[in-house]
Amino acid sequence: MDFIEQMPLLGAAMTATRAWTFLFVTITFMVYLYIGWRSRVKESGEFYVAGQGIPAIANGAATAADWMSAASFISMAGLISGLGSDGSVFLLGWTGGYVLLAMLLAPYLRKFGQYTVPDFVAKRYYSETARIVAAVCAVFVSITYVAGQMRGVGIVFARFLEVETWQGVVLGMIIVGVFAVLGGMKGITWTQVVQFFVLIAAFLIPTFALSGMLTDSSIPQIGFTTGDIAEKVNLIQEDLGFSSYTQPFTNYDMANVFLIMFALMAGTAGLPHVIVRFYTVANVRAARYSAFWALLFICLLYTSAPVLAMFARYSILHTLEGAHIGEVVKTDDDTEYIPVYRINDEGKEVPIQWVDTWQKTGLITIDDKNKDGLLSLKNVDGNFAEVTIDKDILVLATPEIAQLSPWVIAIVATGGLAAALSTAAGLLLVISSSMAHDLYVHFFEPNASEPRRLFIARIMIIGAILVAGYFGIAPPGFIGEVVAFAFGLAAASFFPIIFLGIFDKRMNREGATTGMIVGILFTAIYIILCRSDRVLGFDEPLMTPWFQGSYLIPNGLRPEGVGAIGLALNFIVAFTISRLTAAPPEDVQDLVESVRIPRGSHAPEAHFDETDAEADNP
Amino acid sequence: MSSSPPPNRPEPKVAYWRQNLMVIGVLLTIWAFVAFGCSIFFIEWLNQFQIGNLPLGFWFAQQGSMYVFLVLILVYALVMDYLDRKHDVKE
Repeated sequence: MDFIEQMPLLGAAMTATRAWTFLFVTITFMVYLYIGWRSRVKESGEFYVAGQGIPAIANGAATAADWMSAASFISMAGLISGLGSDGSVFLLGWTGGYVLLAMLLAPYLRKFGQYTVPDFVAKRYYSETARIVAAVCAVFVSITYVAGQMRGVGIVFARFLEVETWQGVVLGMIIVGVFAVLGGMKGITWTQVVQFFVLIAAFLIPTFALSGMLTDSSIPQIGFTTGDIAEKVNLIQEDLGFSSYTQPFTNYDMANVFLIMFALMAGTAGLPHVIVRFYTVANVRAARYSAFWALLFICLLYTSAPVLAMFARYSILHTLEGAHIGEVVKTDDDTEYIPVYRINDEGKEVPIQWVDTWQKTGLITIDDKNKDGLLSLKNVDGNFAEVTIDKDILVLATPEIAQLSPWVIAIVATGGLAAALSTAAGLLLVISSSMAHDLYVHFFEPNASEPRRLFIARIMIIGAILVAGYFGIAPPGFIGEVVAFAFGLAAASFFPIIFLGIFDKRMNREGATTGMIVGILFTAIYIILCRSDRVLGFDEPLMTPWFQGSYLIPNGLRPEGVGAIGLALNFIVAFTISRLTAAPPEDVQDLVESVRIPRGSHAPEAHFDETDAEADNP
Repeated sequence: MSSSPPPNRPEPKVAYWRQNLMVIGVLLTIWAFVAFGCSIFFIEWLNQFQIGNLPLGFWFAQQGSMYVFLVLILVYALVMDYLDRKHDVKE
């Protein structure tokens, strides 16, 4: 029987976890709303790039929150836990991209200034066609990405506030709506700074606790190397018929690991909502340091996640293998679950409660196939024989697995929401700026007044929220997978043409536009055809992955890694076509020269006006 | 820079740009060596060594490379501060 704590003040029977979650979520949401209200804006410059006055360290924290999404917070440790050594593709793919971003893109884009990524593409490639293509790519990438975030919000609410998923999504939409619509980039930035601290605390507290319980050191990064969990996990894994946890290339072959990692790296560097964050700092120097701060903040989570993944794997295998399975229990609200318990040394039954609670959400299912009353985790086609655990629940369930206090569980839930909402807000701003600034105002109302521009931007953000909400209720695929696709699309469309725009003076509009179109179409089509079962809801994928059975890629080219091929195609096509067509005009070549040096980045368009730049440096 | 009047095309800062490219080249070589070398291509060979209780290649793939990435970006920002001053292109 569940231990239920009565909360007389709230007038309802609530578990302690639910009450704490309710409390934390309410407090943090009030803070987010307050910041949104305080930083409400009246100009496009503030709405799109926060008036370009964000300090490097604050921008680093905001970038970290913006970019560490529900995928990083909720899904990643679960993915790594299942993939073992091969889970590194996510760790290194998502962090390694910052090195590319810091050296190849961010400083020059900041020097260029402006509001959006399509702004850069349009000016650098002196072409309105290029602007449209870039804006459409930005919207496509961001919508793919935001779909995953809203599912994250749904999962957290469904489990911790015990509401329907759609109600949770609607609540999330309202919150994001208020601070994004009112405050634009300025509101989003300062909310994200707060959200970073919420999410990092939420991730580190259980990880530190778990490390302290399983090893001699509570610092997870140290416990990881000095503890003996790796050996123990490897032993249990081999007993159950899985390959050893630290053995590479057991899930993906070497070629796929390389391609996925590269696609994620270039994707990180090409994601419009991340790039835009570097427009908001004061100057080029601040853009460089802000990349450093961002990665430092991100690494707090990213170096802890593999530790959490391995420790959780150990705890699950250790607790569940051979556990006893009870009779089916029907709860008041008509959900069923099968209690699981172990028998301790004194012969008493000790229930494993986290399995029961997560069964009620349908994210863990138990099936005693051989009817022996014992749970078996033996390897059957890569899965556990008698239990199915959704990859997305690992981080949220870890505090319960480790039997930490209810308030820790509540903090993790709040952190998951912060991660999902901060990324959703950043993405919504990109969608709205592409639609409002790059498409609508630019082509239909170029002379729109300032209030009118803001009004359109706000309408577009509301539209984007509705679309995001729809995907949150009817999500395609699970979070980690969907997000990996968004990265592939960004890698194949934006990374090459921004890079070439800065480093290849001869690159022209014909090359860039064709490259972008070829890259994104190839990548999107490959992903959709290979994953039509999940993305479009078909029974079978329309196409099996390429190169299956080949020497290099025996398991076939995985859709997560196809972005790397799309990127290469983009490069080749852009380079070839640019050399067959006319060189860009002189003023564009001057623009490239000016983007390459830091001086004069204090305002958008500054590089077009030398006297203006000089006034700042007498 | 400050002496050239607007009508002329600005003079490219060739030396500054060449040194920037050199810095990027060196740092990205280290980046690629750690990310793709230590964590993918040589991981199985490195796994015969241990760091603490972990195979070395596994450690690089799940921890070590990220520490290196961080240092690389910091070094880049610091070196570029120096180059900005040296070539007088600082803001």
